[in-house]
Amino acid sequence: MNTEAGSLSLPPGTSAIASWSRIQPSRGWAAFNFKELWQYRELAYFLAWRDVKVRYKQTLIGVSWVLLQPLAMMSAFWLIFGRITPVPSENVPYPLYVLVALIPWQFFSRVISESTNSLITDQRLITRVFFPRLVVPIATALTALVDFGLAMCLVAFLMIWFGFVPGVALGLLPVAILFMMAASLGVGAWLSALNVEYRDVMHAIPFLVQFWFVVTPVLYATSLLPDSWRWVFSLNPMTIVVELFRWSLLSTAPTDFCISAISASVAIVALFSGLIWFRRRERSFVDSLGGGV
Amino acid sequence: MGEVAIRANGLGKQYRIGECQKYKALRDILTDTMFSPFRMIREMVTPSERVDSRADSIWALKDLSFEINQGEVVGVIGRNGAGKSTLLKILSRITEPTQGYVDVCGRVGSLLEVGTGFHPELTGRENIYLNGSIIGMRKGEIDRKFDEIVAFAEIEQFLDTPVKFYSTGMYMRLAFSVAAHLEPEILLVDEVLAVGDTAFQKKCLGRMGEVAKEGRTVLFVSHNLPILRSLCPTSLLLQKGHLVRASTTEECVAHYLDESRNAKLLASVDLQRPIYGSPWIKSVTLTSKGSPTSTLQMGDDLSIGVHFASVSPIRHPRLGLVISTREGERVLCASNRFQYSLTYSEPVHEGFIHCDLGMVPLMANRYVISLYFGDRFDDSHVAENAIEFDVNEHDCWGQGQLPPARASHLWWPTKFSFQ
Repeated sequence: MNTEAGSLSLPPGTSAIASWSRIQPSRGWAAFNFKELWQYRELAYFLAWRDVKVRYKQTLIGVSWVLLQPLAMMSAFWLIFGRITPVPSENVPYPLYVLVALIPWQFFSRVISESTNSLITDQRLITRVFFPRLVVPIATALTALVDFGLAMCLVAFLMIWFGFVPGVALGLLPVAILFMMAASLGVGAWLSALNVEYRDVMHAIPFLVQFWFVVTPVLYATSLLPDSWRWVFSLNPMTIVVELFRWSLLSTAPTDFCISAISASVAIVALFSGLIWFRRRERSFVDSLGGGV
Repeated sequence: MGEVAIRANGLGKQYRIGECQKYKALRDILTDTMFSPFRMIREMVTPSERVDSRADSIWALKDLSFEINQGEVVGVIGRNGAGKSTLLKILSRITEPTQGYVDVCGRVGSLLEVGTGFHPELTGRENIYLNGSIIGMRKGEIDRKFDEIVAFAEIEQFLDTPVKFYSTGMYMRLAFSVAAHLEPEILLVDEVLAVGDTAFQKKCLGRMGEVAKEGRTVLFVSHNLPILRSLCPTSLLLQKGHLVRASTTEECVAHYLDESRNAKLLASVDLQRPIYGSPWIKSVTLTSKGSPTSTLQMGDDLSIGVHFASVSPIRHPRLGLVISTREGERVLCASNRFQYSLTYSEPVHEGFIHCDLGMVPLMANRYVISLYFGDRFDDSHVAENAIEFDVNEHDCWGQGQLPPARASHLWWPTKFSFQ
């Protein structure tokens, strides 16, 4: 046993002398506690690591699923929109054009559907141990990020295959990834907090994801949109994500500044409002989830 | 010593009954919004500032103020629904208080969370890291204590085996070992969650003694009065969410026993629906010699009737019961979970379980019955000390004399023969 009366086991940032903390009802729009979240970063990492480890256990082809899914979808879309009814793809080979948008889209759809359920599936944890609840959807996003990284190898492979060289815009890729995370986490936080109280969300998700896919320019270019419909796409935070990915990897700069700017702001607003709303609701999660008095 | 470790001031927790049994569906929201649009909006925006005075809310804790010094081992005593577990939940920050505040000095750990977050597909090694980080350890800390944890759990050979292949004993040892190495400044222990395995309970208790010697503060919730007496010099006595006494354990126990002695014995008790969980027990009735009673004579028969309800219809209600003395010593148990598996032919929302214990060979004393009720998988309603009954002295053998009451709790109807 450790004899140094706990001083060794305190989290960094607290001094050797145990510090006081006050447990009280949080009032008002509680400030978003980044410090606390940062202290629990290892938990987010371990939860993500658990999900990655466990997910493909007892599957025949294991991690290959990560590559197989986008590959299969891409092939289907290529057959329809590349061959049968060709859709213009800004002089980029259509499979590559779709795949570059499909991979961030799959990240988004996975994060929103899985983080919605994450609070329910991890409810044993939530009703028994204290930690910032936001760690759970963040861990979901981290898990999806691992798949995203693997799937990006597919993009690299396809680019070599088509002999496609990215331009200087490649420097925008980190920005594209940041926007992808922001949009996914923001929407994910909104939906997961809502789902704890209203399980309707869970039932609405598959439908929502399909609908969202249609209004995201994955299969076509934003420039093909009729003017009267542009505002719908500008309100979609995924529009800017797809545009940024295509811009950085395929050098196809967005044409409509207005759509991109509004969509980018929506993504940022979604992130912050999502986090604040989640924070706001998390105090009642335990009371809604139950788990013994 | 003498320094304060926990200071509570006007602590209160309010629950709305029924809030948690069924999650809200959009339909309810729509009807609610239609009938009282402004209240709905206000509730959605400022949920916790609302202190509900409506009839469907209860205070699980109300106006609790106390101080606990560093290095003290404090018992928490109280009947069911007195607010013991709620207090621990607030202290471990799992749920927020509705009113007041509590200051805690240092890290709070609890033995209520043993094995939380273990994943069956992961190996022992992986689970140590996962579980450790869940209960609040840093990776560096786990690295440092890893060997100790493994040695304590005695699972060296199985470190790289998925825990789904572990025996229950190994699983519990590992889980407990991780929790025991957290080394918090304040340790919370809830006995209810550690029922079942005696060896494991002993380990918990042993660990508590160690922790206390290291100068840490321990809060211990238990119905077992002898254990409380031996471990905790002082105690808090809770009654219906209020703190009625904070003094030596002897005094609290005496007060607690007085309280239950003075309480009139009822042949039938309506139980409060647990805030969480379904199915649940609505009422318990004791019957002897064909009529409801809570006073038996030695040699009488006893039946326990349990009226239950469930939100979603169930076919497999499972009831366990334990008869113990008021001191908390368990005398006998029965359960249809292990004995045979009766089922309803159609799922029911409500039902009645009749448990015929036959002639109960109990010595004259007062006994309490605890009930463990649930479905096939889990206990959803644990009602410790749900109902009490007296067994009076009676010369059931017609010999004109009785065995001394201190001999045992049970006298066994034995067939003696001389050969």
